[in-house]
Amino acid sequence: MSKRTFSIGGVHPHDNKMSRECALEQLPLAPTVYISVAQHIGAPAVPVVAVGDKVKVGQVIAEPGGFVSTFIHSSVSGTVKSIGPRADLAGKPSSHIEIAVEGDEWAEGIDTTDTLVTEIPSDNKAIIEKIRRGGVVGLGGATVPTHVKLSPPPGSKCERVIINGCECEPYLTSDYRTLLEKGDKVVVGAAILRQVMGNVPCTIAIEENKPEAIAHIREVIARLGYQGIDVMVMKMMYPQGGEKQLIDAVMHRQVGSGALPISVGAVVQNVCTTLAVYDAVQKNKPIVDNSVTVTGACFPKQANLMVRVGTPLKYIVDYLGGVPESAAKVISGGPMMGRAVANLEAATVKGTGGLLFLTEAETRRQSAGNCIRCGKCADACPMGLEPFLLNKLSKAGDVEALEANAAHDCIECGCCMYSCPAHIPLLDNIRMGKGAALGAIRARAAAAKAAAEAAKK
Amino acid sequence: MSKLIVSPSPHIHSKDSTRSLMLDVVIALIPAVICSVVFYGWQELLVLGVSVASCVLLEWAITKYMLKKPSTIGDFSAVITGILLALNVPYTTPWWVIVIGSIVAIGVAKMTFGGLGQNIWNPALVGRVFLLVSFPTYMTTWSQPQGLFGVDAISGPTPLGTVQEGLMQGATVQELTSAYNYKDLLFANLGGSAGEVCALALLAGFVYLCCRKVIKPWITLSIFATVALTSLIFWGIDPARFTDPAFNLLTGGLILGACFMATDYVTSPMSVWGGVVFGVGIGFLTMMIRYFGSYPEGVSFAILIMNSVVPLLNMWFKQKKFGRK
Repeated sequence: MSKRTFSIGGVHPHDNKMSRECALEQLPLAPTVYISVAQHIGAPAVPVVAVGDKVKVGQVIAEPGGFVSTFIHSSVSGTVKSIGPRADLAGKPSSHIEIAVEGDEWAEGIDTTDTLVTEIPSDNKAIIEKIRRGGVVGLGGATVPTHVKLSPPPGSKCERVIINGCECEPYLTSDYRTLLEKGDKVVVGAAILRQVMGNVPCTIAIEENKPEAIAHIREVIARLGYQGIDVMVMKMMYPQGGEKQLIDAVMHRQVGSGALPISVGAVVQNVCTTLAVYDAVQKNKPIVDNSVTVTGACFPKQANLMVRVGTPLKYIVDYLGGVPESAAKVISGGPMMGRAVANLEAATVKGTGGLLFLTEAETRRQSAGNCIRCGKCADACPMGLEPFLLNKLSKAGDVEALEANAAHDCIECGCCMYSCPAHIPLLDNIRMGKGAALGAIRARAAAAKAAAEAAKK
Repeated sequence: MSKLIVSPSPHIHSKDSTRSLMLDVVIALIPAVICSVVFYGWQELLVLGVSVASCVLLEWAITKYMLKKPSTIGDFSAVITGILLALNVPYTTPWWVIVIGSIVAIGVAKMTFGGLGQNIWNPALVGRVFLLVSFPTYMTTWSQPQGLFGVDAISGPTPLGTVQEGLMQGATVQELTSAYNYKDLLFANLGGSAGEVCALALLAGFVYLCCRKVIKPWITLSIFATVALTSLIFWGIDPARFTDPAFNLLTGGLILGACFMATDYVTSPMSVWGGVVFGVGIGFLTMMIRYFGSYPEGVSFAILIMNSVVPLLNMWFKQKKFGRK
């Protein structure tokens, strides 16, 4: 059993998977849900319902606002109460559709039974269209519309589909529970994906701290008799679930700066996305819910919940007994890359994978000291960058040097800041430098384009 | 819950801090400290005490009264400088000489540049070399270890000093080194500055630091390898003129320098290959100074010279960036 990992950097935070034994549990319906129309990368979706309309579960309520955009479905049945701005996680207003819940009636054509459908349709175009219509987006974090990833640009060829079951973020266990409890569906989803990409081999990558999931998925593949799908056991290492890192670990190929995974022949999909692909293609079921890990050492009741999209965070927390007194920070996602929640009234989106409660002692930032040039940040950086240098350049605002030192390659995984013994807020500063470098690159590209067009005339 | 903290990711931090890393270095030095006190007696304890106290006090005073900033002595780096300086001077050094050494180490070499992390040269070594140049009498009168409960000290030069002096008088290396056996060198039975006398204790500390992942072994190993190789070549050419590899590895503070001074975070390159070049440079320069220089001992100078080129090494030896040529 060979255990692989990516070739540069990485850190080993304690995995703290304290909710690993909690089976997926259905969260009761909230009285009202608030569904964002901008819960994916790309253009926001355009609402197609009006206030007062009756909607059913799985009914389209907003349509794509462009190619890189997707359908949004009602996650409940009930009446549209309002359409307008509402504060998101960070407290910033964004457009939401408010629906008062009445019963739980599903739209027609959706198979809500639990029967496993293993027969895959043969028309790949129809499959991609079903995925697009199902509103499937990457649930691993970036929420890129999945049909976009499955439509490689002309000239590029997929050689391997990688199903990302690493779940390298500490605390989170929703992918693990999905693999364990819905492994059959995930494997069928994987079979669909490899067929769509041209019957290429498919690797399901799982980190070694989930031996039960590894054994279960192996058993499922054998039982269903699928060829071309295998399980790869990965060493525990953060950020293995990062797309570029995972491709490097599985295929020993490095995606270039600014390039897409398809440039090295890889398509990566998260476990929950793969499940969503199965639902959309085999059951006509769009994304209306997703699995959310609710956890933290200070949180009394650990849980992995199936939550309808648009459920207010406060409703979830109250269901489990409310925010503990000692919690100082609530994070949507994991502790390394998740976002701190400023507003518990905010609603979940398709990509919400976890709610983590940290005490002040666990999360408090120490005051920064002098850089002691230990190089631990550079050792930890999975992109091979020099965070200590980028930190300085960012503070100095030296955009040219930032670009020369590849600040724009930063994936914001947080390894540098996690390992800095002087507690320097490296990533805070580097994010600004990265933005500046990206801005310069885009401005140059735009100027070159304009010049080329002017030359044509 | 009263108010939620909102800050950008990452939300957790490793247990490492500057203080914990420096404490590990202090722990790694404890065997050598115990060893030197056992072999040199209470006088060595006094040297250590004066050195550490003056380094820490000086840093505290400079941050408080001159820089008017929060004190940085809590990071333990001044303690390390104090211990290293003490291990680099003979136990007979008068207390006021040590205080002058601390002033140069902390005041000039460290705080003038902006404190921890900003200095170019290893502070303890700058202090040591300053004393060596300014007070050669105190710094080169070495004594045979008399032991914690020992009798009168016998004054005499260090093995390297003996050899250099002897060579100038026309003796051969074989005659001069026949008095030493390598077991003595390993187990600290010879004259030298405190840190030179117990190779095993120093190596134990080095292994501890590597196991705790405080330092990487490459700098130290490349110094040892270069010293061994260089002396092997010269010794092979003319064993009457040049000392052999084992003698060079075990004498003159090479182990102290390679394990604890050359591996100082601040003044060594960050990348593995930069570190290897740095180590090769130190090893080679040490041997050149020992064989052809006017000082019997070259480790301090070699490290300081290589400290100066660290910024260049950091520029030349960069890790390959992900997905880039």
